[in-house]
Order: sequence, then structure tokens, then C-alpha cells
Amino acid sequence: MLAGKVALVTGGSRGIGKAIALELAKQGAKVAVNFSGNEEKAQEVVDEIVELGSEALKIKANVANESEVKGMIKQVVESFGSLDILVNNAGITRDNLLMRMKTEEFDEVIETNLKGVFLCTKGVTRQMMKQRSGRIINISSVVGVSGNPGQANYVAAKAGVIGLTKSTAKELASRNVLVNAIAPGFIETDMTAKLTEEQRSGMIGLIPLEKLGQAEDVAKVVRFLASDDANYITGQTIHVDGGMIM
Amino acid sequence: MADTFERIKKIVVDRLDVEESKVTMEASFKDDLEADSLDVVELVMELEDEFDMEISDDDAENIATVGDAVNYINSNQ
Repeated sequence: MLAGKVALVTGGSRGIGKAIALELAKQGAKVAVNFSGNEEKAQEVVDEIVELGSEALKIKANVANESEVKGMIKQVVESFGSLDILVNNAGITRDNLLMRMKTEEFDEVIETNLKGVFLCTKGVTRQMMKQRSGRIINISSVVGVSGNPGQANYVAAKAGVIGLTKSTAKELASRNVLVNAIAPGFIETDMTAKLTEEQRSGMIGLIPLEKLGQAEDVAKVVRFLASDDANYITGQTIHVDGGMIM
Repeated sequence: MADTFERIKKIVVDRLDVEESKVTMEASFKDDLEADSLDVVELVMELEDEFDMEISDDDAENIATVGDAVNYINSNQ
């Protein structure tokens, strides 16, 4: 489905990013796995991809740092010869009530979760415009649409990603670069594992499908949006949330 | 000088699909050669490749005519 394509997945060493990297590799894509902290985990993903019969490389870069992002993209293009799919997945949380939220907590989340998407998108645009084809898939969040107490910073960034997706989609459509967002709901990852049992059951009560999602549920939508089956879709936000937001 | 102009003219003709005769030193990319803003960004990218140089975003914003491009490249190479 994606044979010969080259993908870059930011935050690809664990959670949803890891599932995305593996799914794209299963479809034949060569995958660059970006990570910021845990090199060992990133290497595990690379090893798994090689076992699947595809090629992979891990790249350490902070997506909020422009020169690191430039270096990362250069490395992908030099190693694999093109860059067809960018998945902006890297994200962090610094939850706190608005009244207690420190400016640094707000800034950090905006830097990584929103500015990071901008920098990576800007960075791949030249290559994709030249190729006259490309797919950019931004991982937003259901809370970017609905809001969520204790996550003003995260929600602002994720809502920002949806706006960024739409503007980028309009700017690049004439060059056949398609840009979409995915808004996952509550997915089983390290991020949701921190929740108490009470928070968990409270959440499940909000989900018509009555269960948390799996990282693979998100990865499969990325696979679709990255494929030729999605040739006529751009600027959209697809919810993968068990029906939480309709 | 003439060489730079000829090389740029070829890129402009290919990229914007315009008559060679329209590509003069005075021709404005947007007003005379029907380029939109994205076309101009792409042209600058191609000039960077053709002349193996980097044109900063600030400098690129000042390139409005074919002559601007020729002069920029001649004085920065």
C-alpha cells in the first residue's frame, strides 16, 4: 500500500507514534523514527521495523527546535531519497488548573505540541512541493475540539493544530500536498495509564463505544490518510474517539 | 550577467509556462508573469538549486522582478 514511500513520525518511539511507525512500515514504507529522550525505545521500534522487512532509522531531535528539525529532515531525505509522509505526533502534557498553571507549563506545551507541528511542516514543505506530492498528518486530540479542565495549555495547542492543518491544507493543495488531522479520544498509552481507576471509569462513561481506544486504531487511520485511497481528502479532522464527540 | 539572465529565463519559462519574450529584466513575477505567491516561493527554491546558494526569506521577499533576481544572484554569488 505504501511501498517505496518514506515517512517521518515525530515522537515515534512509544505510544501512538510507535503504533503509527509500525503500521506504516507494515505497508512497506521506510520510516524515520524521531525521538527526543528515550533512544533505547526508539531503537526497539527501528528493530521491529527491520524485522517487518522494511527500512528504518532513528533520529534524535526536539521538534520545538528549528535547527534540530531542519537537520532531521535533511537526514531523512539524504538517507531515504524522498519524504512522502510526515506524521506530526510528538506531544507532551503539563496538566494543571488554569489558576495554577505556570507560564512555563503553558509555553512548554505550546512549543512542542503546536510550534513543533509548524516547524516540521515548514521543514518538509520544500521537499513535498518539489515532489508535487506529499501527506502531512497531524495528531490533534478530541479535547482540542471539546475542551478539558486542567489542560488549557494542551487543549489550546491541539485546537491550534486543527487550524494549522486547515491553513496548510489550503496553501499546499495546488501542489498536491494533502494535510489532515486526526483527533484521538482516550487511547491506552503511557499518557492515559497515569489515570486513577475512578478517572478511567468516568471517561468510559463518556464514550458511546464504552471502551478506550488502542494506538492501532489511530495508526490505521494514519495509514488510510497516507495512502492513495485518501487522494480527495484534505483539511479534515477525523475523530478516532469511540463516538465521544459527534 | 547575460548568462544569469538566460538561466533564470529558462527556469521562469518552464515553471510559469509563459512566452520567452515576456521574460524581461523589468517583468514582475506577479504582475506580468502571472505567478501567485506560492509560484514565487517555488521559483526562489529553484534559483537556489540552480545557482547553488541559499536565499534567505527576508531577501526572497525583495525579489519581485526578473531583474531583482538577476541582480541578487550576481551580487551574492
